[in-house]
Amino acid sequence: MSRRIPAVLLGTGAAAAVLAGCTSTAPADNAGGGGPIAVNATDTACAVATTSAPAGKISFDITNGGSKVTEFYLYGEGDRIMGEVENIGAGLSRNLIVEVPDGGTYTTACKPGMVGDGVRAPFTVTGNAQRQVDQNTKLAEATAGYKRYVDSQVGALVPKTQEFVDAVKAKNVERAKALFPISRTYWERIEPVAESFGDIDPKIDGREDDERDPGVGFTGYHRLEKDLWVTGLQPDSPAIADRLQADIADLANRTKTVELTPVQLANGAKELLDEVATGKITGEEDRYSHTDLYDFKANVEGSQAAVSALRPVIDEKNKALGTTLDARFADVEKLLENYRQGDGFRLYTSLNDDDKKKMTAAVDALAEPVSQVAGAVTA
Amino acid sequence: MNGKDPETVSRRRLFGLAGAGVALAGAGAAAGFGAARASDGPADGVVAFRDTHQAGIVTPAQDRLHFVALDLSTADRSAVQDLFRRWTDAAERMTSGGEVTVNGAVGLNPQSPPTDTGEALGLAPSSLTLTFGIGASLLAKLGLTDRRPPALIDLPRFTADQLEPARSGGDLCIQACADDPQVAVHAIRNLVRMGFGTTEVRWSQLGFGRTSSTSTEQATARNLFGFKDGTNNLKAEDPAQLDEHVWAQAADGCDWMAGGTYLVARRIRMHIEVWDRTSLDEQEKVIGRSKGEGAPLTGQAEFDTADLAAQGPDGEPVIPEDSHIRLASAESLRGVRMLRRGYNFVDGSDGAGHLDAGLFFVAFVRDPGRQFVPMQRALSRKDTLMEYIEHSGSAVFACPPGLSAPGSYWGQALFV
Repeated sequence: MSRRIPAVLLGTGAAAAVLAGCTSTAPADNAGGGGPIAVNATDTACAVATTSAPAGKISFDITNGGSKVTEFYLYGEGDRIMGEVENIGAGLSRNLIVEVPDGGTYTTACKPGMVGDGVRAPFTVTGNAQRQVDQNTKLAEATAGYKRYVDSQVGALVPKTQEFVDAVKAKNVERAKALFPISRTYWERIEPVAESFGDIDPKIDGREDDERDPGVGFTGYHRLEKDLWVTGLQPDSPAIADRLQADIADLANRTKTVELTPVQLANGAKELLDEVATGKITGEEDRYSHTDLYDFKANVEGSQAAVSALRPVIDEKNKALGTTLDARFADVEKLLENYRQGDGFRLYTSLNDDDKKKMTAAVDALAEPVSQVAGAVTA
Repeated sequence: MNGKDPETVSRRRLFGLAGAGVALAGAGAAAGFGAARASDGPADGVVAFRDTHQAGIVTPAQDRLHFVALDLSTADRSAVQDLFRRWTDAAERMTSGGEVTVNGAVGLNPQSPPTDTGEALGLAPSSLTLTFGIGASLLAKLGLTDRRPPALIDLPRFTADQLEPARSGGDLCIQACADDPQVAVHAIRNLVRMGFGTTEVRWSQLGFGRTSSTSTEQATARNLFGFKDGTNNLKAEDPAQLDEHVWAQAADGCDWMAGGTYLVARRIRMHIEVWDRTSLDEQEKVIGRSKGEGAPLTGQAEFDTADLAAQGPDGEPVIPEDSHIRLASAESLRGVRMLRRGYNFVDGSDGAGHLDAGLFFVAFVRDPGRQFVPMQRALSRKDTLMEYIEHSGSAVFACPPGLSAPGSYWGQALFV
């Protein structure tokens, strides 16, 4: 959570008006004209039945035939997420409907184990769907696209936190420790949205030393983190765990109706990097578990998702900015990959001052162009 | 104000102090510092940015310093070249009292972060100078080692060096000097910000209280040992000496550096708590000068010539063999001289109950290997003063000649 007063991110009436009529979660009955495209995902492959589709609504049926939990993405330029499904368990199938109005080259990706760049392949979209291409339409598509991202993250956050909560309640400390950074990933990717509900964030992500009103206790992820890593599970740990799940459910419920403006997207992208600069590089956030690099990665991914959603508008206003953003996001990702350990990351305490200096430089280099996005999309 | 861009407004004009009002306000402020300081800076507080030589070298030493050493975070020449161009434009604006960009602090898109950080709004130009230097490591990173000037050496290790890597070296440097510390900090802060993604800060040093005078019109200032420092410094009024000791010449083997100079920076931590327990007599013997007047121990007045041969009644030299001014004198060093432009610093405390204080030594020389190295060798081996100091940082940079041609930019010679 950020250490300042949460900015209210809720949309205004004007923003809602812009968004009206631009939802993309329409039924799939007209999907691509040819029915859903089958995707067979395994631990090593991502077989997409056909590598092209006409512009419009495209529907994918993803089946996870592997042993690892997987994700499926359709990316546009600059890894702009056109659509994604998170948290597809082994043996399960999920459907994804993506609205792709412009023809061009896209990328499909499965992410077995939910890590790395995934197994990628080019995907061609032909022709152009009929639509208005004025400025408001593009901005509305951006906010709608980001809203889909938020929905997908919340859709994974709820079950992943439940798994963590169940492990705590079963007093399975090792499993709970392993699930802690995983469930937080979905939280950290959309944290600015969560922070917009000012009362939820302190309950879910507050720190032990935060100032609280009389009678309000230390709850949420970090309270359980301390129990698991430092003090051992306490008599009230199961109740704290249930409370966390209830707060997450409250968040999920509220995000259903959240309306975001393009400026809020842009500022959210910047705030996520501010989180990295002030909370992760200092090792402040996950002070008991030292799993800060998971959060770091999730913040950067969330920032990139918001920027990518705005990418068509950025490209129109300032083409060079988009290119710079691509390069700088790639630099940070590359740097983080140096600290991989298995499917996760090394503990933050294993990093030396030189490592931290490199991260500071990379985040500064990225945050500067990201801070230009809000101005670019409103210019 | 420079005439290049009529939109380059003084930051002060924002607050209604236009035209003559600016000059009057500047003169009034300067008068407050007394006669010695009133003549230190130019009347309008603007030191010319474009000249034969870079400003901030022989131009009158201001009282405040913010020095930064940066490393490249890319090997992309065009990105570096683009940054140098943008830096030069911003530097020219800021030295003339303007913002990083026109109306950059508050007059642009409110949805964007301001392009100027704003803390210098309402402040005078304050004689700001920005001096640019290139380290040997920059040339290596950009594949330009064939352009390396022979004089741009890596310093050897000296006896008792306690150099910290995080305070040493750097691919390039920018020295900001000003009458007002906030103006100097504003300049460095904004240039650093512009560099994100292309450069990153390696180390940075604040300084207060110039320890050297670079003009005969300036009084000699004192360092934190309480002694006048830089009495025998080279001065702007002696161009022949500057050509011999400071400015690189075409014959020195590097065309692009002719008219430039080499900057040697040394962060010298002073153990002032120990020094302060030393008797006045001992302090004066360590330095070789009187503490009050600053005269050599063989003379009466500050600028009296030191008589290194003079002996006392006991047959010992009056200016001790291991005294600082003897070892650092041109006579002892076969005529070697340098232009010193250092600053005092106190970087808070060291966590162990002492002030982290000292002298940020900056010298400009034509050839570090022939000028700085022999002096530092002599000092580090024999100088009694070494008991009270330690060198914690070190760097050498090539400062190219001035940007007299309109539109020319920092480091341009590297890209042609």
